[in-house]
Amino acid sequence: MSDYRVIGKARRRVDARAKVTGQTRFADDLSFPRMLHCKLLRSPHPHALLRQVDVTRALRAPGVVAALTGKDFSIRYGILPVSQDEEPLCRDKVRMTGDPIATVIATTEEEAYAALELIDVEYELLPVIATPLEALQCDEPRIHDYGDRGNVHKSVALEFGDVDAALAAPAHLFDDLFFYEGNTHLAIEQHASVALLEPDGRLALYSSTQTPHYVHRALSRALDLAPHRIRVVATPNGGGFGGKTDPFHHEIVVAKAALLTGRPVKICLTREEVFQCHRGRHPVMMRMRTSVDDDGFIKAVDLETLLDGGAYGSYGVASTFYTGALQTVTYRIPRYRFRGCRTFTNKPPCGPKRGHGTPQPRFAQEVQLDKIAVALGKDPADLRLQQLIEPHSLTANWLQIGSVGLRECIERVIDRSGWRSKWQKMPHGRGAGLACSSYLCGAALPIYWNDMPHSGVQLKIDRSGLITVFCGATEVGQGSDDVLAGIVAEVLGVEPYDIRLVTGDTDLTPVDLGSYSSRVTLMAGNAAIQAAERAKALIAGAVSAKLGIPEERLVFAESRVFDAADPAQGLAFRDAVIIAETIQGSIGTVGSYKPPAAAARFKGGGVGPSPSYSYTTAVAEVEVDAGTGWLRVEKIWIAHDIGRALNPTLARGQVEGSVYMGLGEALSEEQAMRRLPPRLSHALVHKTPSMLDYKSPTALDMPEVFVDLIEQAEANGPFGAKEVGQGPLLPIAPAIANAVFDAVGVRVDEVPITPEKILRALKASGRRAGPQQFPSIAWPQAVYVPPPWEGGDGRAATKAEEALQS
Amino acid sequence: MDKVRLALRVNGEPVDLAIAPNRTLLEVLREDLALTGTKHGCELGECGACAVLLDTRPVLSCLVLALECEGADVVTVEGLAQDARLDPLQEAFSDCGATQCGYCTPGFLITAKALLDERPQATRAEIAEALSGNLCRCTGYIQIFEAVEQAARRISDE
Repeated sequence: MSDYRVIGKARRRVDARAKVTGQTRFADDLSFPRMLHCKLLRSPHPHALLRQVDVTRALRAPGVVAALTGKDFSIRYGILPVSQDEEPLCRDKVRMTGDPIATVIATTEEEAYAALELIDVEYELLPVIATPLEALQCDEPRIHDYGDRGNVHKSVALEFGDVDAALAAPAHLFDDLFFYEGNTHLAIEQHASVALLEPDGRLALYSSTQTPHYVHRALSRALDLAPHRIRVVATPNGGGFGGKTDPFHHEIVVAKAALLTGRPVKICLTREEVFQCHRGRHPVMMRMRTSVDDDGFIKAVDLETLLDGGAYGSYGVASTFYTGALQTVTYRIPRYRFRGCRTFTNKPPCGPKRGHGTPQPRFAQEVQLDKIAVALGKDPADLRLQQLIEPHSLTANWLQIGSVGLRECIERVIDRSGWRSKWQKMPHGRGAGLACSSYLCGAALPIYWNDMPHSGVQLKIDRSGLITVFCGATEVGQGSDDVLAGIVAEVLGVEPYDIRLVTGDTDLTPVDLGSYSSRVTLMAGNAAIQAAERAKALIAGAVSAKLGIPEERLVFAESRVFDAADPAQGLAFRDAVIIAETIQGSIGTVGSYKPPAAAARFKGGGVGPSPSYSYTTAVAEVEVDAGTGWLRVEKIWIAHDIGRALNPTLARGQVEGSVYMGLGEALSEEQAMRRLPPRLSHALVHKTPSMLDYKSPTALDMPEVFVDLIEQAEANGPFGAKEVGQGPLLPIAPAIANAVFDAVGVRVDEVPITPEKILRALKASGRRAGPQQFPSIAWPQAVYVPPPWEGGDGRAATKAEEALQS
Repeated sequence: MDKVRLALRVNGEPVDLAIAPNRTLLEVLREDLALTGTKHGCELGECGACAVLLDTRPVLSCLVLALECEGADVVTVEGLAQDARLDPLQEAFSDCGATQCGYCTPGFLITAKALLDERPQATRAEIAEALSGNLCRCTGYIQIFEAVEQAARRISDE
């Protein structure tokens, strides 16, 4: 299918040896002479004013070198420019159980722990806002002094075409409520950071972060220190999944402590603290209204979402937009309205987890399509196939679609799963369900407004023949190092294992925005191609001059540079570099990537555009015990439109890992809090703050998984590649929900789909378990944008202007 | 706290230490011996990342008091390779994509090593059962199963 030598070949990842020998240095594996240890005192109360925080006694404790409180910091920070609402240590107020109040720095971790007990804190308790409903109803006390109103952080409304008119007289209107519970990343590595002063006095932070560039910016801001005085090194992450994409208070605290003490300072969070840091999946309540004609063609979709944001902004504004942005990219939707509202609550803040904001509405859409198919007597696969989005088209909300492999995905899984002979054809208690999805290959806009590249790569090649790749991309397990090495190896005709990688280090590497939004393969990959092609041109020019072979005939392969017309004429790659270095001087090249401009030109149109979209279809086969509600997922067939698999071993691993994580969300995982009885305690506590109680699937829980990679090269992708790390998670929960219906005829319109809920649905007159009511929300006036087929240019208009024009 | 003397073998080499009696084997390995290949994800015996072999049996080193290991033989991930030659499990984990972020990998390798030492022909079901105390959030376990099976074949071919 291609004549590539590295790309598309299944092979071990370049960092495999380090990982299987235990030599990969994660953040907590680092230690330095005279290193101090840091522990944080965290609030036991979910909402309280801090009347006094006194570290006097702690400072006198054995081994204690320093202690800090909120008064030692004056500048707030946060990942989004619009939500700079976090404090390294809380000054006047705590907003959640686990908010950091003070820190002790001591010679051992035990001494630091012990001294925390000696910090005196006076709290004045405030009423607790525990749910989005309470947040909507209680404007006071406000958790934050900013936001749209009361405890509403952000509410947004976008309308593409006159949706009310389209919903007014539909052939069929489907009006459904869904709830998707929050869940957390549960990376096995706990967050850890070490800060120190380099020999020249500059600050260095080694941290388990997916986004060293953003941590760099946050440190500079919160410490009021020029960025060139700070170095941030992202250590390889022991799993991220979005949980390490915010700058965190502990990173700023150890940095400050290193500056104060002049000594290295380390912190490693406990598992319970990791649950408190969270930034995971938002719990989202959804109302989805969809009108279809008699043949099941969608006429309009009206979606409302209510997000439980937790105590801080985090990525929440983006998350809110993401609950509405990608509903349009799988099927033709002529008119679309989205209204989303994020509330503050006194709980660990939610943010981006694998699929960021999109698995929740995807669940709603795919389950509702299943309901539509059943109601109209159509096969759910056919209902989707008849209205797939066109490749290279614009969506109602002005997203530019590139290649679309969704038809092939659906056809492949229905073929391999035997869908036609299973759906509605298996005995009671067995069922099959189908769902599709799509995801970004990187956000087209950066987190903070700028016109610079999203990813940069530098190559250094010298007379030793060694190629060193410098890139800010961060290895979080997804294989970004392998992507970079594979691409450079392909272009320059060497072995990926012969390439040296320097990544995720703000001192040494050009900026890459980080490992989030499935952006690294496409963006860093394209930057790497550009840098490698430039190096290839330099070397080819020199070799051509020396050997008298026309440049266009030179082939770079098998660690040689040779004449395509006569492969014996050529030389070893190393000798080619020596010639190039002799003629050109030292060899170094750069490459960078910036996504194409978005078509959307309305406010709120910045979330959703991407250089490309991946597509996925999954079929789940389940067994349900109608007596107990016990649900067993037996098999998953999944096809993913990846454009091109750069390394199929890793690509399949990403798909299987996504299936696994989707399975956990679908069946058992919950980041849920509960109130203790008020007369006993003020606390709002995590229901399952341990790895034993938080039910992530084990090796015994995995169903059989059949993976197909659909490869149709995407023009914007490096060698045609699209993302694979996040998209395949999305169809899992709705496919399972739809399979449960096929098995026993009940709808669980809620995630996780537990036996208890199935049983409740089996006993309910409506044969359904799920939310009963969507709260009334005072939505803002919608930003009205005519969809591309109703004229306009991607800018907002008013309905009145529109009426005049037509 | 008064330190106590501890003598054991780690990865085949004798080790003689003076440690606080409340230290776990995990702490001694990582902090006193700088064998940071052994990981921790919870320090409560929930995740399996800290598994090491204690007299050939896999144990969670975060739950073992170091003093219980007096005279014992401990093998960590650093001790799996013989000289510069990787263990068949390490080769197979590399080839099969069984390591992604790599953080749980040492614990899986150790647990799988104990399994294959005892049952060289372990079935897929036995592998899943043996590894069910090790959490991995990246792979979905399938490529890990495949790696253990491939390692078993490599060992039997040797």
